[in-house]
Amino acid sequence: MYVAVKGGEAAIDNAHRLLAETRRGDPSVPDLGVAQIREQMRLLVDRVMTEGSLYDPDLAALALKQARGDVVEAVFLVRAYRTTLPRLGATEALDTGAMTLARRISATFKDLPGGQVLGPTFDYTHRLVDFSLAEGAAPAPAAEAEPDEAACPRVTDLLGQAGLLEPSPPDVGAPIGDLTREPVDYPADRALRLQALARGDEGFLLALGYSTQRGYGRTHPFVGEIRVGAVALAFTPEELGFPVSLGTVEMTECQMINQFQGHGAVPPQFTRGYGLVFGQGERKAMAMALVDRSLRAAELGEAVVVPAQDQEFVLAHCDSLQATGFVEHMKLPHYVDFQAELDLVRRLRAEHAARAAVPEEAEPQESQPQEFEEPTRREAAE
Amino acid sequence: MTEPLLTVDGLTKSYGRRRACDRIGFTLDPGEVLAVVGESGSGKSTLLSLVAGEVAADAGSVAYRMRDGATRDLAALSAAERRALMRTDWGFVRQDSTQGLRMAVSAGGNVGERLMGIGERHYGRIRATALDWLARVEIAPDRIDDPPTRFSGGMRQRLQIARNLVTAPRLVLMDEPTSGLDVSVQARLLDTIRGLVAELGLAVIIVTHDLAVARLLSHRVLVMRGGRVIETGLTDQVLDDPQAAYTQLLVSSVLAA
Amino acid sequence: MNPQVTDTDTGGTGYNFAYLDEGTKRMIRRAILKAIAIPGYQVPFAAREMPMPYGWGTGGVQLTAAILGASDVLKVIDQGADDTTNAVSIRRFFTATAGVATTTRTARATVIQTRHRIPEAPLAEGQVLVYQVPIPEPLRFLEPRETETRELHALGEYGLMHVKLYEDIARHGHIATTYAYPVEVAGRYVMDPSPTPKFDNPKMDDCPALQLFGAGREKRIYAIPPYTRVRSLDFEDHPFRVQSFAHPCALCGAQGVYLDEVVLDDAGGRMFVCSDTDHCETRRADGHTGEAA
Repeated sequence: MYVAVKGGEAAIDNAHRLLAETRRGDPSVPDLGVAQIREQMRLLVDRVMTEGSLYDPDLAALALKQARGDVVEAVFLVRAYRTTLPRLGATEALDTGAMTLARRISATFKDLPGGQVLGPTFDYTHRLVDFSLAEGAAPAPAAEAEPDEAACPRVTDLLGQAGLLEPSPPDVGAPIGDLTREPVDYPADRALRLQALARGDEGFLLALGYSTQRGYGRTHPFVGEIRVGAVALAFTPEELGFPVSLGTVEMTECQMINQFQGHGAVPPQFTRGYGLVFGQGERKAMAMALVDRSLRAAELGEAVVVPAQDQEFVLAHCDSLQATGFVEHMKLPHYVDFQAELDLVRRLRAEHAARAAVPEEAEPQESQPQEFEEPTRREAAE
Repeated sequence: MTEPLLTVDGLTKSYGRRRACDRIGFTLDPGEVLAVVGESGSGKSTLLSLVAGEVAADAGSVAYRMRDGATRDLAALSAAERRALMRTDWGFVRQDSTQGLRMAVSAGGNVGERLMGIGERHYGRIRATALDWLARVEIAPDRIDDPPTRFSGGMRQRLQIARNLVTAPRLVLMDEPTSGLDVSVQARLLDTIRGLVAELGLAVIIVTHDLAVARLLSHRVLVMRGGRVIETGLTDQVLDDPQAAYTQLLVSSVLAA
Repeated sequence: MNPQVTDTDTGGTGYNFAYLDEGTKRMIRRAILKAIAIPGYQVPFAAREMPMPYGWGTGGVQLTAAILGASDVLKVIDQGADDTTNAVSIRRFFTATAGVATTTRTARATVIQTRHRIPEAPLAEGQVLVYQVPIPEPLRFLEPRETETRELHALGEYGLMHVKLYEDIARHGHIATTYAYPVEVAGRYVMDPSPTPKFDNPKMDDCPALQLFGAGREKRIYAIPPYTRVRSLDFEDHPFRVQSFAHPCALCGAQGVYLDEVVLDDAGGRMFVCSDTDHCETRRADGHTGEAA
């Protein structure tokens, strides 16, 4: 005899206990420390902080440990934690021009004030697996030099002085939107778009940015500058009335410089795409800058024809948590809907068979659902 | 004299430094067919988009005499009024049929959409009306459930016409409706359009680069070049005795070809 | 309006009663009030990131969290059943964060959160049915653009919806939409009833209970106030029809209810049982039996 399935609670409990054990892996291998993840998987930690919208390397490292290294799951943990935190206010705008640089490159000028600083980069490494790492070899000490005290202005500021590059929009002290606290109302302004892109999935933005380079909305980009380093964070508490330092955060900023033909009263000049992420995340910052510029098509009088220019498309689909949740929810039971579709397909097949010239063996009569007109209560009363 | 159906005054639109339309003005009476002719880039398609309100003009106005007799500035209509007008009293037949049809919806659904949009809720009546209109544009009744993707170019344009005329509009805009079709298909389509326009007393603005189309369909013609109207008048007059040098060139190039 | 916004920890979970902070609850309640005032209209709200994935009921969970009081009795169903994994998971969430009483009995519940079904037993005044909604926009698959669909709603332009139904009839001879069947609410807004089978649509009409719909990922709340006219879209000559099953429930013998098909073996053996587990159990407790019981 059929017995309806019961025991969902016990099954869930057992699955979660098994998950915990599987996460730990072979217990004869030492447990992975959060500090190890934070120090040695730093780029992964940076990505989780960026897409999780929370600067906390230890928390991101812990989330990665709990998530068995699944980035999206770790972002999920960080976001779910972040949503419960109180909002005390907004910091002063970051001055990335005053960044303590670990790396700074420009593809548009051979040399410039402050110079090119390669810093710790995979660029120009040969991607040969280093088997000595498996042996735990320690790296040779890095070269050292006295810090250069000279100012290192942003390339965009240098170009902007000549009017060749559109200026940064002035800070008019407008309230700072927060897409985690207010539903996005389309069209979204650039600040909100940048928020969404900063939280957006790196792979998605990379592919979209790439598509603009391959003819799906060409924007003729140049890397004006990428800078990586520590930026001071200042906050003005209401009761004090002046900014106090909260410390520094590691950030990567990318300014793309794009051709622009000018329109109407606006003369031809270079425009910008902007990318900013926590930690060292050049790929994400560059992709973000490409997509940011692409999304400015409408305001710059360019035709909106490709996905990377369509803000509803990009903003509605760039968030890895929304995407993964909705894709993965297909795992949930759908048998009520499926039953409805099953009935329909049976019925359509039966009708199809009846229409066919050579009558085939029909579905058994009882499995063909019937429909009857529903006399609604209201109509019956009328 | 009755008031004109449509009054266009000083319509201007620039793209960058290029003036696509420069102070265009004309009037259109009920039942009158106006052909707008010119080479590509002359601004004639922009003019049609401006009249339809799909592109915002930099300056100028479009006024229309509504069914209640009141003449209204189209820019002053609410979004609801504008959309209602566009799907009942106006039609727009596009050069690119994929822009004017729902390509994934059957021919019957394409014709029925406007009816459903104004509240028709009887399937049998919608279908009967669709069949009637398909017959009037010479599409076989057994094609009613086919999507336009399975139609030839000429049939798609016929379907667009049926889809637009089903609500008995008084003004229809046509943008190069016959371009890209074989000559024999063109001739048949023009014949259908001419018959329906006369039968229904439609006012039409038809944009075309083909002076033969203008001669066959229109009462009046407006010659555009570089965003400006350089000559206007009765069709026969303008085409038989063009005044402007450019019009003379246009007419002679047709004759030469 | 209550200016007092004070969080209270429940049972040492470290979280406020029913998880959400009081400020968030107040924001959601305002959206709910607006939704009730404009039946069927999708009210944007600032959906929070919840500790369960988008698409798994975050909208419904936020609604329930915002309306739940300490004396409420909560029932959670998924596919009509109280014991499916996601229903169990959500019920536990509220047991842990709000400590409210839970039940599987429809009649005893004050708040019922559901996914994909409306209970068979008629709902009563004072009850609230909270639906989890994946895609709140009934026009979404006809028009993907939010700016456009909002305008269509504002202008009441629903012709496209009927084009879809027309196409069904032209192709199949009848309307082939079986779930998430669009309805017109209070003669104005066209609304997606969430992916419930169309079998359940008539239950929404003139219902004594308050019906709330929450879409977390899409950040929308909408509502049907008690005793509101809900009409399934159709044509005069092709009226709305619901599914019916040839068999009664194999366990409780119920007829005129929605049944799940259960595959018994690999030789085509199958049986049909109530999708609403509480309805089935209640009937069996009352002595009704089906052929397999």
